[in-house]
Amino acid sequence: MKLSAIKKILLAEVITGHDKLEMPIERCTACDLMSDLLTGPNTGSLLLTGLCNIQVIRTSVIAGLTAIVFVRGKRPTEELIAHAKKHDLPLLTTPFTMFSSSGRLFSKGLRGVEKTLPKSDS
Amino acid sequence: MANLKKRFEIKARDFVRAGEVSIEVQSLLKTIGFRANDVRRAAVCAYEAEMNVVMHGGDGVLELTVDPKNIVMDFTDDGPGIDNIDLALQEGFSTATPEYREMGFGAGMGLPNIKNHADSLEIHSKKGEGIHLRISFIVSDGP
Repeated sequence: MKLSAIKKILLAEVITGHDKLEMPIERCTACDLMSDLLTGPNTGSLLLTGLCNIQVIRTSVIAGLTAIVFVRGKRPTEELIAHAKKHDLPLLTTPFTMFSSSGRLFSKGLRGVEKTLPKSDS
Repeated sequence: MANLKKRFEIKARDFVRAGEVSIEVQSLLKTIGFRANDVRRAAVCAYEAEMNVVMHGGDGVLELTVDPKNIVMDFTDDGPGIDNIDLALQEGFSTATPEYREMGFGAGMGLPNIKNHADSLEIHSKKGEGIHLRISFIVSDGP
């Protein structure tokens, strides 16, 4: 799925990274805990988060995430936007909640970052 | 590839720059040419350790030592130290303040996460005497 499709599904506004909308996004992770981002194999994922501070940008760079969508209409400060630009990290904002955003993307085929699933789910 | 040794300073409670040292290390390791997975492991550990120094430690230093087969990161700080290292290594144990939790930290995964990503983790600390953290990686195929 392309980032442009995610923008459409989430009725999102692109804050920075207009030139990255053709980027393919294969997986997604949704969380507010930065350590959770660092535990798993999140490289290449999209992040949905309700946190809107500078550490979200830095943690995303370290974890190798490809784009961030802020939920509940949250908007990053100019300082955050400048950091995201420095690291070529697209930022979007959606009016939907974390739950609804996740559901909308999942229903359109985007999947999470689980390494293995319990047998009953496979 | 030549061997490399570089020193980075980390300021306690400096949230304006917190994490920037790790991003610099990540960029340096990429430039040297280490494989993506080794860069990722080292960057994650550097970031967790740097945030620990910023949030819980005193002013500190990271000494990065690199050769074709190894990446070693020595973090030292002059903070309050760790009272109970076994407890600090337990997943979920945290002494983070509500302020740090609001920033997305304090899940009690810092040291366990370092242990999981590194090939070796040594912790030397006594209460009141700061911390020395040695985090080592064996690079599978070299840069």
